[in-house]
Amino acid sequence: MSPLPTFSTMAPEAGLKKALSLSRPDIIEEVKNSGLKGRGGAGFPTGMKWNFAAAARAEEKFIICNADEGEPGTFKDRVILQEHADLVFEGMTIAGKAVGATQGILFLRGEYTYLRPHLEAVLAKRREQKFLGKQILGSDLEFDIRIFMGAGAYICGEETALIEALEGFRGEPRNRPPFPVNTGFLGRPSVVNNVETLASAACILQKGADWWKAMGTEKSSGFKIFSISGDCQKPGVYEFPMGITVAQLLKEVAGEGAKAVQVGGASGQCIPASQFERTIAFEDIPTGGSIIVFGQQRDMLDVLHNFLDFFVDESCGQCTPCRRGNVKLLEGVELLKEGQCSMAYLKELCALGETMQIASKCGLGQSSPSAFLSVVHNFRAEIMGRTPSHV
Amino acid sequence: MSQTPIDEAGNRAPVSQRSMAISRPASPDAIGGTVSVTINGQEVKVPLGTTILAAAQQIGVRIPTLCHHPDLCVAGVCRVCVVEVEGQRNLQAACAFPVTSPIKVQTHTQKVRQARRHVIDLLLSEHYGECYACGRNNNCELQSLAKENGVDFFRFGHPDKPKYEIDRSSYSVIRDNNKCVLCRRCVRTCIDLQEVGTIEVAGRSDKSYITTFLDKPLGDVVCINCGQCINRCPTGALRANDPTDEVWAAIDDPTKHVVIQTAPSPRAAIGECFGLPAGTPLTFELNTALRMCGFDRIFDTNFSADLTIIEEGTELILRLYKALVGKEPGIALPQFTSCSPGWVKYLEHFYPEYIPNLSSAKSPQQMFGAVIKTYYAEKEGIDPKDIVTVALMPCSAKKFECNRPEMDDSGFKDVDYGLTTRELAKMISEAGLELPKLPKSGFDTPFGTATGSGVIFGATGGVMEAALRTVIELVTGLKVENLFEHADIIPVRGFDGVKYVELPITQVGPVPDILKHLVPNWDWLKGATLKVAVAHGTANAKRVMEDIKAGGKFSECHFIEFMGCPGGCIGGGGQPIPTSPEIRLARAKAIYAEDASYEVRKSHENPDVLKIYNEFLTDGPCGHKSHKLLHTHYTPRGKYIE
Amino acid sequence: MLMTDRERLAGEIQALAEKHGKGRTALIPMVQEIKRKYQKIDSFAMQVIADQLGIHPVEVYSVVSFYAFLGSEAHGKYIIRLCRTISCDMQGKEGVMRQLENDLGITFGKTTVDGKFSLEWANCMGMCDQGPAMLVNEKLYTRVTPEKIHEILEECRRSFGVHATEQKEVHLV
Repeated sequence: MSPLPTFSTMAPEAGLKKALSLSRPDIIEEVKNSGLKGRGGAGFPTGMKWNFAAAARAEEKFIICNADEGEPGTFKDRVILQEHADLVFEGMTIAGKAVGATQGILFLRGEYTYLRPHLEAVLAKRREQKFLGKQILGSDLEFDIRIFMGAGAYICGEETALIEALEGFRGEPRNRPPFPVNTGFLGRPSVVNNVETLASAACILQKGADWWKAMGTEKSSGFKIFSISGDCQKPGVYEFPMGITVAQLLKEVAGEGAKAVQVGGASGQCIPASQFERTIAFEDIPTGGSIIVFGQQRDMLDVLHNFLDFFVDESCGQCTPCRRGNVKLLEGVELLKEGQCSMAYLKELCALGETMQIASKCGLGQSSPSAFLSVVHNFRAEIMGRTPSHV
Repeated sequence: MSQTPIDEAGNRAPVSQRSMAISRPASPDAIGGTVSVTINGQEVKVPLGTTILAAAQQIGVRIPTLCHHPDLCVAGVCRVCVVEVEGQRNLQAACAFPVTSPIKVQTHTQKVRQARRHVIDLLLSEHYGECYACGRNNNCELQSLAKENGVDFFRFGHPDKPKYEIDRSSYSVIRDNNKCVLCRRCVRTCIDLQEVGTIEVAGRSDKSYITTFLDKPLGDVVCINCGQCINRCPTGALRANDPTDEVWAAIDDPTKHVVIQTAPSPRAAIGECFGLPAGTPLTFELNTALRMCGFDRIFDTNFSADLTIIEEGTELILRLYKALVGKEPGIALPQFTSCSPGWVKYLEHFYPEYIPNLSSAKSPQQMFGAVIKTYYAEKEGIDPKDIVTVALMPCSAKKFECNRPEMDDSGFKDVDYGLTTRELAKMISEAGLELPKLPKSGFDTPFGTATGSGVIFGATGGVMEAALRTVIELVTGLKVENLFEHADIIPVRGFDGVKYVELPITQVGPVPDILKHLVPNWDWLKGATLKVAVAHGTANAKRVMEDIKAGGKFSECHFIEFMGCPGGCIGGGGQPIPTSPEIRLARAKAIYAEDASYEVRKSHENPDVLKIYNEFLTDGPCGHKSHKLLHTHYTPRGKYIE
Repeated sequence: MLMTDRERLAGEIQALAEKHGKGRTALIPMVQEIKRKYQKIDSFAMQVIADQLGIHPVEVYSVVSFYAFLGSEAHGKYIIRLCRTISCDMQGKEGVMRQLENDLGITFGKTTVDGKFSLEWANCMGMCDQGPAMLVNEKLYTRVTPEKIHEILEECRRSFGVHATEQKEVHLV
């Protein structure tokens, strides 16, 4: 069975054909009605994003598919691109029609270079079949897609950093506002959507907003693709409706008995066993799909150390809270491991974490302290008063 | 005086550093007029797109900043200026947040204060060095921030050893990355404001640092030494190469005759180092201070500025004569000024093919050095090897210029040391002198008489105005005052990036004595239109040069004044820190006021200048002797970095 | 570098600039192609690229030094990138790391003297369910174990011809 049952059952190009029969506002209305929220993690309503870009006046607009999947523990976009690239490109084409863009760019992370030949072949075939190019399926719609390779930077998953990279700069996030929907790639209105978001949008056009809304919760409609790894018997990619509890999810992947689950990747929260009844949804624990299971044997400080190493390395370095803050949190974890952190300093680090959450320039710095804060909050007994390793 | 924000001149900043939607529309009505911002409960109406920071300034609320600079585009990277905007989960950087709808802002809530304090603590955790052992002590923005925000201990530590080697390879600029807090003002200055492109950020994350191409020493890469980065560095990470110890040693040495020349721009700005408002000229108090410091003679650079006008003006006339009358091929026109060493090196690197257009006349600093070690030495009976010439300049590039190997036409190093305004202020403080309170005194002879023309060299357009005053009178036989009220040639003044002026020559007069050996009459100029232009800041210079390359209107010019620094010398890289458009404007006003106060305001009327042509440079302007001493040659450097 | 080499490289870069459109947007694709072909982007290449795109060499350096897959340092013919992020870490990347270091005689961040192999860390490469994961240039290896390392390296070595067999003397790290 495909790990992506719903995507697998979609009729080819039915969403695109539907979109071609609708007016631009009607397409956007359909997506808005579905309540689809961005699948990359931030959860911005997709219909609203398209609407902003559609309303912006410009000679040229862009649809950018964000395939810079870099959040630790996330690999669902890779699987979607491997198995359902057509659906993603269909979604991009629909978005192109909706906002009035003729150019699409797939920003593929450098680590996925091996996917490129396959994706280029899919694009070539789509051009042949008139799903791309001028007069798509005989309509007056024009849209084409090219692939841009990332060069190894997690931060380029942030949409403005991604645009900077496209423009040939360091992947450093921009000030917002202005937002990409108004001032994006080359200063033009640009929609940046996650791979899964675009594939989901194609499904919504085919099956209708009501079909989508019937799944999930009121505030988090539809299903979601999860990437599950760590200490469980059946790691892999799964499709679940939004609103699934952590416990249900663990059962599906044979990961019961876990000590904690990291939801949302390194930038997400660490959920202890006592909270496994919480739901995965934008209104409770949001996620871009990364679920990492930690068994009883795992040392939460080792986990934090790994996460903070990651952020220290991947911070773009332009803003102070993120550049220096992550280093200080990492040093704090090292102090904890050596049993040398006073409670006063730990409190100070937690306050610093809160500062990073509200004062960093972009989502990376705003979310990188989450794991630290949730581990300190939930596993205090485990992390305090350690015996130094060298004794 | 009109003020064109430099960031609107073109599209040259990297997108990430461009001001994006924040740029103010020419007319606020164009995009819908004003919007209301409520800051700490007080409402203010501002044009749409105004930043929170600018809005707060209007009602007297000062939001602390670090990476923000009034000359530079927005960065929003330091996060010192964060404020709380009602309805927003996160704090916003006031310097980067354009107000597009009515908002309520709080600038010092508990959240804001804690975040700001954390940010400053984090900056201090990467800033190596002790304040009392730093050249920027008491003039450091990081230090001020720490003080204002109550930093009383290093919450997140403080580096106990340096991480980077100090780069002392340049004659002009010293880089000490250990003190760098990555505000990137220098990068925005170098790449966006000046468009020279010497320094950028390399690496990523906490390992990022400001550097040159492939981390090469500054002295080995393409740097024009303008020092604009120094003026905008909030800490001591960038500083000028300071020769004050050597200057003191020369003063202390009884066998040395130490002569200093002072340029007009430092005199209009040095008061800022002593707490006076910008634009307070201290020319004559400074003379007293210099005597008390122990300098043997104090001369006015204006003398050699006047000399420059005569030499450069004559050169221009010769070029025009050869091109128009002699129909000689290959006469390079337009002629470019050569008094700004930053501009000269910029041309040598980026447009070496235009070196023939550069006036061969040396800059006033170098002319003076050559004259002192020849004419003056002879006149005073001093062995030139015992003379030490010091130049007080607003400029860091002058340090490089005086070290150019070709600058030894006197048989010695023409100018031994270039001092910046900041460095001289330091010497004066060290001597315990309260400059503003000192009595006034004059310059020494034989170069004591100056004209207003020499004074205005300090502001963009000044060299052109001085040249025009002289050329108009020499050619037409009329008084400039007949054409321009008070001899103020307003069209070339002001801070517009590039100025272009056409002056029709409707009548000509007799050839004055000083030029009789060069041209028989002026008839060939009658009916001609003199086309001149003025550009300041190398970014504007680049615009003009590209236009010339493309055969545009500037290629038809006869004479173009280029200054390496924004605003000209008054905005030079050796001037007091901080700098801003307002500060440069105030300094320029001081300079034009000084010009207006002079009795003699035209270079060709300077009696000391006329005397040197009578006594020493007897074969006249651009004659054999002046060529040897007062003219130079240039090096096509290109931009390839080995 | 020989003059002819320089001319050839300059010609290649010029052709790349034509291909990718001479604007700044061409920078990263151009640098990627040069890096892929030569395993490095040297001073000369950066300056020619800058010239072609009308930007400053230091800007090229700045961009190149930002991205993990670029960088101005020369890499080996085979760049081995081992994922060090959490899931691969929990699945035993440490052992794979030791074996790579032992078999190549270099530590991570280094290139073998013969210029054949470089060892680099990678952050999460999206193979978390099949870790430890490793990229050898663009080829992906999953569920890598220390005992598989030898064969993977030999596979690479075979591309150099029969003489390029395993080094017998390696320095223990």
